[in-house]
Order: sequence, then C-alpha cells, then structure tokens
Amino acid sequence: MGKRFYYFLLSTLTVSFLFGFAYAEKENKKADQNQKVDQCFVCHKEIENLPKDFSENDIHRHANLLCSSCHGGDPNSDDQDVAMSPSKGFVGVPKRKDIPKFCGKCHSNINIMRVYQPRIATDQVEQYYTSVHGKKLLAGDENVAECSSCHTAHSILPAKDPRSSVYALNVPNTCNKCHGNSSLMKNYNIPVNQLEEYSKSVHGIALLKNKDISAPACNDCHGNHGATPPGLKSISHVCGTCHVSNMEFFNATRMARAFEEQDFHGCEQCHGNHAVQKPNDDMIGVGKESKCIDCHSEGDKGYNVSKNIHSSLTQLKNEYDAANAKYLEVKQIGMNDVEIGFQLQDAKQALIQSRTLIHTFDSAKVGAKAKEGIDISNKASLLAQKEIDDYSTRRNGFAIATLTFLVFVIALYFKIKDKEKKAS
Amino acid sequence: MKKIGSKLIDWIDERYDLTPVRNLLLHKKVPEHRHSVWYYMGGVTLFLFLVQLFTGILLLLYYRPGEDSAYESVRFIVTEVKFGWLIRNVHSWSANLLVLFAFIHMFSVFFSKAYEKPRELTWITGFIILVFTLAFGFSGYLLPWNELAFFATKVGTDIVGVVPVIGEPLKTFLRGGEEVTGATLSRFFGIHVAILPAIFTIFLTLHLLFIQRQGMHEPEHFKNLPEEKKTYISFFPDFALKDLLLWVVVFNILIFLALYSPWELGNKADAFASAPSGIRPEWYFMFMFQSLKLLPAHILFLEGELLGVLFFGVAGFIWMLVPYIKVKHRPNWKIQPLTLIGIIIVAFIVIMTVLGYII
Amino acid sequence: MKLDRRKFLNMLLGFGGIGGILSVFYPVFSFLIPPKTTEPKVNSVKAGMSAEFPTNSSKIIKFGRKPVILIKTEDNEYKALSASCTHLDCIVQYKNDTKQILCACHNGIYDLSGRNISGPPPRPLEEYEVKIIKDEIVITKVG
Repeated sequence: MGKRFYYFLLSTLTVSFLFGFAYAEKENKKADQNQKVDQCFVCHKEIENLPKDFSENDIHRHANLLCSSCHGGDPNSDDQDVAMSPSKGFVGVPKRKDIPKFCGKCHSNINIMRVYQPRIATDQVEQYYTSVHGKKLLAGDENVAECSSCHTAHSILPAKDPRSSVYALNVPNTCNKCHGNSSLMKNYNIPVNQLEEYSKSVHGIALLKNKDISAPACNDCHGNHGATPPGLKSISHVCGTCHVSNMEFFNATRMARAFEEQDFHGCEQCHGNHAVQKPNDDMIGVGKESKCIDCHSEGDKGYNVSKNIHSSLTQLKNEYDAANAKYLEVKQIGMNDVEIGFQLQDAKQALIQSRTLIHTFDSAKVGAKAKEGIDISNKASLLAQKEIDDYSTRRNGFAIATLTFLVFVIALYFKIKDKEKKAS
Repeated sequence: MKKIGSKLIDWIDERYDLTPVRNLLLHKKVPEHRHSVWYYMGGVTLFLFLVQLFTGILLLLYYRPGEDSAYESVRFIVTEVKFGWLIRNVHSWSANLLVLFAFIHMFSVFFSKAYEKPRELTWITGFIILVFTLAFGFSGYLLPWNELAFFATKVGTDIVGVVPVIGEPLKTFLRGGEEVTGATLSRFFGIHVAILPAIFTIFLTLHLLFIQRQGMHEPEHFKNLPEEKKTYISFFPDFALKDLLLWVVVFNILIFLALYSPWELGNKADAFASAPSGIRPEWYFMFMFQSLKLLPAHILFLEGELLGVLFFGVAGFIWMLVPYIKVKHRPNWKIQPLTLIGIIIVAFIVIMTVLGYII
Repeated sequence: MKLDRRKFLNMLLGFGGIGGILSVFYPVFSFLIPPKTTEPKVNSVKAGMSAEFPTNSSKIIKFGRKPVILIKTEDNEYKALSASCTHLDCIVQYKNDTKQILCACHNGIYDLSGRNISGPPPRPLEEYEVKIIKDEIVITKVG
C-alpha cells in the first residue's frame, strides 16, 4: 500500500505541475500579445538610430503611445519594408510646414484628447496660425518656430514639469534659441537682445535668479501659441494682469486717451518692455531722469502736476528713511522696537500706495496718501526717539546712583579709618 | 533714632533673651594679617547670592515658564516692565560674579589650609554649595528659552548621558524625556526656583553655622606669632563695616556691568533648527568643556569623552575630601606638595578656560 | 575741628546711605508696579467688541510682531488670517464685493480660508482662531 500510493501521488503532482506550467506560459504569451511590442523602437534602438532628442520621459511615451501613433506604419512587424510601408500608414518625418497639422491630428481633436486629459485645450493649432510664426509658416517660411521648435519632438514634457523646455524657468532660453540668433533674426529685422535685457529686468531677475515662477516669462506677455507682440491697445491690459491697480488708475485718466491718440505704447512708454526696472521716484517730476518732461515743458499743467507729485513722494520717502534709520538704531541698542516696526510697515504701505497713485496723474490724490504716510513716519520717529532717549536716561540714572554710592563709600571709608585710629 | 533702636532691642531682649546674639556680635573677632583680605571673599559670595535671591524673586513675578511663553515673558520683562531690563541683567551678571567669587573663596580657603581640622565639614558643605551654585547656573541658563540656551542645555545633558550605567537614566530624568523640550524647561524651572533654593538653604545655613561656631581660621604664620603680636579686629562693627564697603563697591560694579554690557535676548529656541556654529557653555563650564574637546576619541579601549567625564567626577570627589588627605610636610620644598597641586589645578582651569575662547 | 569732621562725615554717610537705598528701592518699586500692557500677549489678542464690528468688513490687528487681517463675513462669521502676502510680504486687503482677499501689489487672490487661488502667491495665508468671549473678539494662534 505505502510504496504504490507514494508513486501515484508523485506522478499526479508532476503532471499537474507540468500542466500548470504550460497553462501559465500560454497566458503569458497572450498577455505579451496584448502588450503591443513596439518593433519600431526595438529596431531603431538596436541600430542606434533613435532621434537625437529621444527621452524615456517623453509624455507621449508615458501615455503608452508608440512611434506609429504619430508616424504611422506597422509596429508589430520587425520587417522594415512592412513596418515602414506607406500602405500601413507610414508618413515618416513630417515636413516642417506640415508639423502643426501633424500634431493637430490629435491635439485639435477633443474626442481624442479627452481620453488623456478631459480639460486640455485643443485650440493650439488654430491659435498658432494667427501668430506671426504660424502666418509665416503658411506663407512658406521654413525658418520660423513650429510645435517641435519649442516643445521638442521626442522629449516633450508637460509645462509644469521642471525638466520641460516650456517650464516657466526655461521659457526665456527656449525662445532665445531663435530670437537670440542674429543671423536668423536679421531677415526679420528683429533685435536679438531681448533675453539680455530681460535678464537684467525686475521680472527677469525674479524668474531666472530668484526662481519665482509667478514672474512673467516671454509667453505671459506675448502669448503661447498665438504669440504676437502686444498691440498698442493691449499693453496696459497685459501689464495689468498683475499690476491691476496701476492699470485701473491709468485707464481712467485723460493721459490714457492722449496716449492712444498719439499711438504711445501705454506702460511701455515710461517703463520700457523687456528691460523694465524697478521704478524710482525720479522718473516723475521735472529732473533729468523724468519721463514726464519728454512731452511736458515748463508752464503746462502736466509739468506742474509732475512737480507736485514728485515733491510729495520725495517728502514721504525722506520721512520714511529718517524713521527707518531711527528704528534701526533702536534695534541696535536693544530697546523695544516692535511698535515702531509696525508703524513703519504701515508707512511703507502708504509709500507703495502713493507710488501706485502716480498713475492717476492727480497730485491731490498722491498728496493725500503721501501725507498719511508722512504722519505715520513721524509717529514712528517720535516713538523711536523716546526709546533712544530712554537709553540715555538709564545711563544718566546710573551715573547719579554711582555718585551716591561713591559718596557713601568714601564717607564709610573715612569712618572706618577714624574708628581704627580711635582704637589704636 | 538711636533711642528708638535701643528701645526696640530691649523689647526683644525681654522676650527672647538676646544674650547669645550679643555675645557673638561683641566677642567675635577677626584676625588681622597680610592675607586677611581673603576673609572678605566668602561675604561677597554671600552678598551676591542674596542679590540673586532678591532679583530672582522679582523676576518670578513676571516670568512664565513654558515653550510658548518663556521667551516672550523675558522679552516683556526687558522691554515693557519698568526697570525690568535692570533686574534681568543684574540677575544674569550677578550669577556669573557669584560663581567667580565662589571659586576665589574656595581657592583662598584651600591655599590658606583653612579646611584642616576642625573645619572639615565647613569645607565639605562649601563644596556642595559650589556644586549647587553651578546647578543653579545651568538650570537658570535655560529659562529664557533662546537658541543659545537650548543648545547649551542639549550639549550639557548629552555629556551627562556619557556616564556609564546611571548616565542615560539621569539624562532622561534631567530632560524630562528623550530630547530637550518644553518638559525640560518646566523641570529646570522647578529645580531652579524651588528644589535648589530649598536644599541650598540647608547647606548654606550649616556652612554659616559652622563658621559662627568655630570663628575665623588663623593661618600658620599668624598662629605661630606671640600673643601680643596678634592683632584682631572685632567683627561688629569694624569688620562688618568693611564688609559693607566692599559689598557696595561690588554692587556698583554689578549695576555698571548690567547697564553697559547687557545680556542679549537672542532668538527664540527652535528645536528643529540646526545648532548655531560655535555654541559654548557658560565660562564656568568652559574648562571642562574644552578639556573634553581636546581628549582623543579613544584612549585604550575607553571612549575619550567618558574618560574625561569620569576624571572630573572623581577629581571633584577627591577635592571634596581634601581635609582628609594627609600629605607629609617636606621641609626642603619651597612650595609644599599640596599647595603645588592647588597651583597646578588653578593654572589648568585658567588655561583651559582661556583656550576655550581663543581656539 | 574733629567734631565738625565727624558731623560732616556722618552727614555724608547719611546722605550717601539714603541716596543709595533710594537708588535701589526706586527701581524695585517701579518694577513691581504692573506696566500698561499687563502681560506679553503671545497666544491671544483682543480685537474689540463683536457688536461694533460691521458685517462684510475687515480690520488689520497686530499679533505680536505679525499683522493679522480679521474679517467679518456677510454671514456674520469671523475669519482671521495672516495679513502678510506669501509672495512678497505686502499687506493684503479684504474685498467686500468679491468676498475675496486681494493683495494689490501683484494681484494675488486668496479665498476666505486663506487658500491662494490666483496670481503669484505660492502658499496659503496662515489661519488664526477667532473666539467670541462675552461679545469680545479674541484671536488666538491655532494649535
């Protein structure tokens, strides 16, 4: 009984195992077949002929798209003639002027795109053809930017990905690839110093040096796919996306209308565009650096308004600086600086608001806000002075106390001496 | 004025018999010789301790222990409370002067051999008081809860943890947990204002009692003088007045330091911030800290730090028992061996302290 | 001569002594008298009476060293948030038309919970707790 039973068990187990193994293999093969094998990639990798900008992180690759999804052909065949046959839909490398349509095959079709991102925009190609790049491309110019110029072809990453060529920090350099190339830009009469200027500007320093991605890059003012330099009407709106108060004040003034009539460039007229710096108070007023005297001359109303605004601001700035200097002294000598700090904060707020109010070109408004700031600065100065005075009062008090102690000590000393003399 | 005074004394005398007090005041004598200036050191130390007690109680009226309030309350004292800056700075400075004078007092007693029989217990209680004073300094230092204090406490308690067997539990006990936290602050506060003052008072009272009972020690060169050549001054009022004079001068210097070299508030302690570079303990711990730093990581099979801590522990213990150490007198030696050892110890402490600051 | 000297010395002693005692006790007495702000307001700040605070409006309050914006919404609920914009530290304001918090410097917008919902601000505004105790508004730090 024992031996036979044992052999029976062993054979049953072996057979089951073999069957199981075969079954698993079959399932594996089926799964393999469902997982499309991208023969294009396999072959091109083997012969080391992948596109120069090929990246494993490319977003289309991540979405499990194959080479054939864009280029056509048969991804299952390892026979080049079959795989790259036009009859199988192979289109090869698209010509430059066809690239927008090439990408637009999917990216303009919401029915396709919603599978991957329900909210994604599908108007990129449409916008592109309204842009300078798009219009020129249609007219036959092959030297302009198309989709892959900015996005790359095979290392496309979402704009939020810091490695992407269209990530906020990388945008200036991406645009500069062409716009900084003087031989390329010569034909269009476009200067090539924009990146250089931008890097020195407030926005450029904020973005490139301080890595603040909320600062505007090229696309924030020029647009993405519909990239066009802002028209005269749009300049203040463009700047006004962030600098709302300045825009609202400016647009309500007569100056805004005058600017329009004279075809002036709105904000850019005084602040510049790419090289925009932190403004200083001397840009207003009647001094050498003033922008106002470019048009206004002595005697006219604008001249006087400019002069008044400048003097209000200068007065406030001086009072604020004086109060701040006292505040630092209080801090340094170790006296109580908290309340003074708060008041200075308020004064600073008034200073910022006064400067913003310049854009109303109304010296009364600026003057009123400046006066607020001046009053607060004075209060802060007084408080600081009190602390500084307290500091010397303490030392004087100490001097007096020391004096009394000294009197006591000297008198005591002599008293002791007297007692000793008496004792001896 | 005098009449009211004597009437008051008579009133008390009737009820409580002030004879022993009167005897002490009238009969206590202090030897006068070329080294008698050192007799004042103990009194100055006592005076500074009283200043600490007084200013400490005043600070207690406004200080709030606790992670969220300690720093702010000290800030409040120094900026909003009238003369708060003065009280706080006097307290901080007096602490340092107290330790300094305690050391001076201890070494002057050592070198004049005042610890010899019958004054052994005076020495021992004195040493215990010194240790408590250092404990006062260490616990009080944390109370403003600023960055420096926080990290100094961390390092200090870490060193305690190095001691074998009892080190880790002692460290946890001191810290009120594994790390230095608000729990440590609470603990140190309780230790600083309640526990230490209570035990300190006991030992201080004993120390003073012993001194009053036994009178001032007379050094060798004085003891060997013929009776007529020995000069004494009465404790009351002569010595007491000189004491008062010195105390007022010391007090004035204290206030000067408080005003012209005030203690900073610092930044509030943040457990998650990295330790600021170059944290050091207070100067009175510096010589031990510096010695530990200079020791190699390993000596034979023992960790250098452990050896250092044990060394100081044992050295302190032996120092406390100095009255029982009998060293034979060497007639040929200019400086006797025990005195020589004392000089070496003082030199060691001074050099290590200075090194701690210049390295 | 001797008596005059003695009297003079005693006078000096008395003058110096009393002066010295005064120099010690005057500061101590002043110390004991409670200062105007009676305690370090660390964890809570009083912000006026609730009944006097108009609906759909805001006020900037000082909390230690930090500015806090206190808002009474149109539902008569209180919100207290840090008033320091997380972009470049300008002081924010409450817009009672859009019922949002605006930073006028670069058009940053926060909702009433302090979440940064538009513009440059990278982080939300820190929240503070508001309690009404006997109609008085008390702002405390959270946690």
